[in-house]
Amino acid sequence: MENLGALALLLAFCISLYAIVANVVGKLKNKPFLLLSGERAVLAVWFLITSAAGLLIYSMMTGDMRLAYVASHTNKAMPTFYKFAAWWGGQEGSLLFWSWILSTYGAVVVFTGRKQHRQLLPWALAILSAVQLFFLILNAFVVSPFQVLAVDRVVTSVPDGMGLNPLLQYWAMVIHPPMLYLGYVGFAVPFAFAMASLISKAPGESWIHLTRRWTIVTWLFQGMGIMLGSAWAYHVLGWGGYWMWDPVENASLLPWLASTAFLHSVMMQEKKGMMKVWNMVLISATFFLCIYGTFLTRSGIISSVHAFAESPIGKFFVTFLAIGIAATVWLILDRLDYLKSEAELESVVSRESSFLFNNLILLASCFAVLWGTMFPVISEKFAAEKISLDAVWFNRLMVPIGLFLLFLTGVGPLFAWRRTSLESLRKNFQWPGIGMLIVIAALVAGGMRYPYSIISLGLCFFVAATIVLEFYRGATAINEKTKSGLIPAMIELTHRNTRRYGGYLVHMGMVLMFIGWSGHPFNQTAVGEVNKGDSMQVGAYTLKVADLQDADYPDYQQETAILEVSKNGQPIGRLEPARRFYKTAQQATAEVALRSRINEDLYINYAVRNGDKATLQAYVFPLVSWIWVGTLVLIGGTFVCLIPAKVARSYPRTEVVGVGKKNAPVQA
Amino acid sequence: MGKYGKFGILMAIIVGSLLWLATAGISGSQTYYKSIAELRQMGNKAQTHHVRVGGDVQANSIVHEAAGVVEFNLVQDKDVLRVAYEGRDPLPDTFRDGAQALAMGKLGPDNVFHATEIQAKCASKYAPKPGMAPDALQPKAPGAASSSSL
Repeated sequence: MENLGALALLLAFCISLYAIVANVVGKLKNKPFLLLSGERAVLAVWFLITSAAGLLIYSMMTGDMRLAYVASHTNKAMPTFYKFAAWWGGQEGSLLFWSWILSTYGAVVVFTGRKQHRQLLPWALAILSAVQLFFLILNAFVVSPFQVLAVDRVVTSVPDGMGLNPLLQYWAMVIHPPMLYLGYVGFAVPFAFAMASLISKAPGESWIHLTRRWTIVTWLFQGMGIMLGSAWAYHVLGWGGYWMWDPVENASLLPWLASTAFLHSVMMQEKKGMMKVWNMVLISATFFLCIYGTFLTRSGIISSVHAFAESPIGKFFVTFLAIGIAATVWLILDRLDYLKSEAELESVVSRESSFLFNNLILLASCFAVLWGTMFPVISEKFAAEKISLDAVWFNRLMVPIGLFLLFLTGVGPLFAWRRTSLESLRKNFQWPGIGMLIVIAALVAGGMRYPYSIISLGLCFFVAATIVLEFYRGATAINEKTKSGLIPAMIELTHRNTRRYGGYLVHMGMVLMFIGWSGHPFNQTAVGEVNKGDSMQVGAYTLKVADLQDADYPDYQQETAILEVSKNGQPIGRLEPARRFYKTAQQATAEVALRSRINEDLYINYAVRNGDKATLQAYVFPLVSWIWVGTLVLIGGTFVCLIPAKVARSYPRTEVVGVGKKNAPVQA
Repeated sequence: MGKYGKFGILMAIIVGSLLWLATAGISGSQTYYKSIAELRQMGNKAQTHHVRVGGDVQANSIVHEAAGVVEFNLVQDKDVLRVAYEGRDPLPDTFRDGAQALAMGKLGPDNVFHATEIQAKCASKYAPKPGMAPDALQPKAPGAASSSSL
């Protein structure tokens, strides 16, 4: 079994190599048969990796404890669902999962690309195969998932495996890694097409149009992966936070920030023919940050709660990154002539300028996060002392950045291209602006003393108001013609230009998330050692301990506190925070009791038992639900962006007299 | 002033204020990673800087003092450090005799390390079960979340 799997990976490695050669030679010498075989090689690689993955999954399902991977990541008692999830639960399997997703994307590219993008396809496939080749080197030769225990070991098999970490046995944790991987891997495709476009000196922006949906879907996966991880931390870990600037969290945020910048700046290229070099740089940066993130999770160079066991694959990643980045930089520099801008910036108060600042800020935040994450490595190198930076540092930097981005979210989309007149500024921003000032004044008058929260909530109102106003104005205009009513008119409006109004919805999702984050300074905490009959107070809530119970289950022991909760003296029901101790894994997990409402969450963690007293950590977290609601709105908005617009728009470029006229392609 | 001048000034303001945010007060956010031996050589710096030390919790050394303070010995390559945990949060369950622990805090003048935060990895997780060869799974380094996937 393990031999078959290893053989499949070895064959996949060879065929990936062939796919690169066939596509490159076939394209250069113009041999259709070679190109066809190159495409089929990509499909064959998919088939082989799928077979290898199937064999690994079969081994896990049947509990083949001779395999090191199976023995370390599953046990016989685990539910089938989690046995399957163990595929990406460890180093070797997750790398195989990476390869499998990449090969699947490759196959999709072959099927969708055969007819549409003949010119770019061979180069794109060659680049995808080169990336695949790297991961197959790891899979086949360095960290094979089919390693048997007998190699270098005394034993050949163990009676039962170690099982999956019980903390990870939670639904969000099962889909969180695949989502992130779909994101991480997905950016390889737009990157491959961008490079293909550079190599073949393809005119125009075909690569952007070809990969727009692809990029958005990948961006969505990445964002959902991040938010699932965040939600898991909040609901399962028991410390009540959703983000702690851990290196691995940062690693997933980096490509998301870079790709968010990319999604915005491609609009500049599509509509004005500007920032062409910049977009190449951004998509390359996104892709390499994805590889870097994969590397950071696995190399153990930075200690993190998430990290896999240390392994020798770090240097492979460094080599791959070095070669890849050098090749990309050389390619972009060599093709600079094909990337000339067709227009110039005209005014500071314009759409172009707001995109520019959006990009500057996103990139700055990306760099700041990267710097902070790598600080232990950097300081060790240059100051000979290993120093890490804490969450306070990240927040000091990222909160103002976030607020500035929020501000741009409000004003940017309403600035006109080229330059914005005072009249239009007044029309768009008068009421939201006044509203924002009223909100801020009310918050200050109400006794709120956290400047960032006040500014954030004020800006949230401002941005939400501009978005609502946009929908309202557009819908009224349609309603006047069709008399269909305001709501159908709004749907019609969105349908006519899904990119624009879907984008507004995404922005609205971000606004809701900012509202949730604004609640953070108002968190209340209480820790109490309580016995049966005691009560403790957190915020407006009183927790009375009705009982402390112990129970023994086959998998785990559980201690539970039964709490009768009242708010301002009014009983509001029972909460039962608990703590489980898993016997095989020798690990405890928190079963947090949560009462979630739109204004605040009551969050109770059963921390520890000392004799007959239990230590409870009780928190009140204002506005946290808004973060999850905002995420859902963001997802919905992204789906709207993916729907084809009802009215096909050609977006004629604004012709700028005298500037870059030579290069401007004629737009039909 | 030309429009590029305006752009230049705006960008300089943004980048400048970010640099200021990043560097101002950075020392308060820094944690030095030190071994116990290195901590001893830091001298007075160890009492003013935030330090993270790691090691194994010496068996039978955990003492629960009054007022919630927990004292124990941290051992790393024969160097022993007395640690007093004074943090607010309860200690993790994985914290016990023989566990690998990380202590964050400052060295006191009494040569006791005053920790405000303790992280512990349970070393026994990958220990062999009865009847199993001792090194069966050892190469998988013990780690709190080594089977985690991100």
